[in-house]
Amino acid sequence: MTHRVPEGARDLSVAALARVEGEGAMRIRLRDGELEEVAFSIYEPPRFFEGLLAGRRMDEPVDITARICGICPIAYQISAARAIEAACGVTIDEGPIRELRRLIYCGEWIESHALHVYLLHAPDFLGYDSAIALAKDHQEVVEQGLALRKAGTELVRVIGGRASHPVNLRLGGFYRAPSPAELAGVRPLLEAAREQALATVRLVATFDFPELEIDHAFVSLKEEGRYPIDAGRLVASTGLDAPVAAFDEHIVEEHVERSTALHARLSGHDGTFMVGPLARYALAREDLSAVARSAADEVGLPAVVTNPYQSIVVRAVETLEAVEEALAIIDAYDEPDRPAVDVPARAGTGYGASEAPRGILTHRYTIDDDGIIVDARIVPPTAQNQLAVEGDLTSFIDDHRHLDDETLRWQLEQAIRNYDPCISCATHFLDLTVERE
Amino acid sequence: MASARPALAVWKFASCDGCQLQVLSLEEHLLELAEVVDVAYFLEASSATADGPYDVSLVEGSITTPEDEERIAEVRAASRTLIAIGACATAGGIQALRNFADVDAFAEAVYAHPEYLSTLEDSTPISEHVEVEYELQGCPIDRMQVLEVVSALLQGRRPNIPTHSVCMECKMAGHTCVMVAHGTPCLGPVTNAGCGALCPGFHRGCYGCFGPAETTTTGSLAAWLRHEMGVSQRDLVRSLRTYNAAAAPFAEESRRHDASRA
Repeated sequence: MTHRVPEGARDLSVAALARVEGEGAMRIRLRDGELEEVAFSIYEPPRFFEGLLAGRRMDEPVDITARICGICPIAYQISAARAIEAACGVTIDEGPIRELRRLIYCGEWIESHALHVYLLHAPDFLGYDSAIALAKDHQEVVEQGLALRKAGTELVRVIGGRASHPVNLRLGGFYRAPSPAELAGVRPLLEAAREQALATVRLVATFDFPELEIDHAFVSLKEEGRYPIDAGRLVASTGLDAPVAAFDEHIVEEHVERSTALHARLSGHDGTFMVGPLARYALAREDLSAVARSAADEVGLPAVVTNPYQSIVVRAVETLEAVEEALAIIDAYDEPDRPAVDVPARAGTGYGASEAPRGILTHRYTIDDDGIIVDARIVPPTAQNQLAVEGDLTSFIDDHRHLDDETLRWQLEQAIRNYDPCISCATHFLDLTVERE
Repeated sequence: MASARPALAVWKFASCDGCQLQVLSLEEHLLELAEVVDVAYFLEASSATADGPYDVSLVEGSITTPEDEERIAEVRAASRTLIAIGACATAGGIQALRNFADVDAFAEAVYAHPEYLSTLEDSTPISEHVEVEYELQGCPIDRMQVLEVVSALLQGRRPNIPTHSVCMECKMAGHTCVMVAHGTPCLGPVTNAGCGALCPGFHRGCYGCFGPAETTTTGSLAAWLRHEMGVSQRDLVRSLRTYNAAAAPFAEESRRHDASRA
């Protein structure tokens, strides 16, 4: 199919990436076979969330930071709440409120993963421009994805009020706890979703994956016996195991020469690192439910996945995990006496982290005695993955420069989509172009 | 590639993607919609992009950079009907909090090198730059309202979108009034309907994410909150300055109570 291309100048840039959340570009230039430039750049206009949070009351970031991302608002709400609770000396790591938080988070995972797998990523593997085009030939596939996604949005809606920017989350828990009957109402959709998610694992495992091996360090949250979703310690494949409060000591954002973007580095590690499904799966596979683990085994997914193109399979396994978890939490649900615990203001700094569908999302707040925010810092997953994405583009080009421009460009765009990048979230990115000489 | 179906385009400016996500969240209606319109430009959903002109453009996000000022003019020129969707596009969004502050101070709080940024002093709605045929309020918009507006356009009728307050919806939903019964401050009386009175249903006061209703008496509510419910001046200003902070009725009222600008 593919033909050799003559050496010389090749421009593989894509000015506006499709099927990603937010606005990004890929800039790649080769000259005489040498890579001149590789950049996954961001032109999302900055919205200054950390600036506008200063001076707000400590109960406000749960609603305000949700607006950073319409795809994963719950990740923002939970990370924000946990960080401010930590600053006030409140920990919610067990009990019905924690379970409810995890449950609504499962809804977001199902919804976000199904969106990415079916509407954004699958069309790449099946040779279509969009899920709408895919539906013309394979309506049942797209319908299965939409049904699976609906189970997630329904779960979020029942607990949170609506799927985007839900209104029921707050510091200390919820404004109103759902009744067991309300949760039971979502059960039939989730039971169907279990079958749909299993079918998804089987479907995406049959895709043809371009070859690429990565050796990024993996970083995720970790909690014994529970797959990392809403809470956990900070761990890495380098052996790191630390409380989330030590995040700044281990994930260091720095300026790289010739680039004005903040790049994240893992302390004590020379190479790149990545967060997200591949990292979670590598570091917490043993914490998956039996159903999700056996689905992974059935399709021959190795214990550590080193081809990022296979992230779609891991995402499918994680979707099944989220469905299983949701069903288990609903079955064991005990309506709390009070929907929220008190979070009395006190001066201090707190960290909160959770696993957004695309990787660790950390918030840090410093508040004063009156509960007014003095300083806020948010480290979204896509900012942490930027160097890994660029590393993947470089490696892929090294091994595939014989491909014609169209094929190569398509597979490189796909390499970016492997990370399910959420550019709207990337509050730390600058509006810039990266030039390397 | 002539097509008998009207061409639909979806554009993004400064925003969170949440409003265009409502289009993807139409579930079974998404494929139905794709039957009757030609999705000509929708970058979040498709790599295939067709050149304009477009019959209907849905525009998400606010204008915050010089480049986007130019881009919205191009979108307008290529669109027969332009619909601004969501609080960012209709009021400037949460990022319009900069309009009440010093944008440089905001930038310095976030970036080590704010001098690299090209950003405007204010975050402004689409209607401040180009003519807009219709606006859908909400942070985020209600997905069924998108379907209603697009359907109405296709059928050549006026969209049926409520312009009354959340209070009306709240009564229709049969919720207990959180302000009367629980003394919880609520922006429902001045906020446009469309959410289904979600917050009171969860025992919390409305926080105004759908923006001001068509006819509001924000001053009267503000006085009530201040003097009858004991809401502090700072908290009143905060409550008016969220996702629709720059919408005129909310902006004017918050300025009236902002001690730092008095």
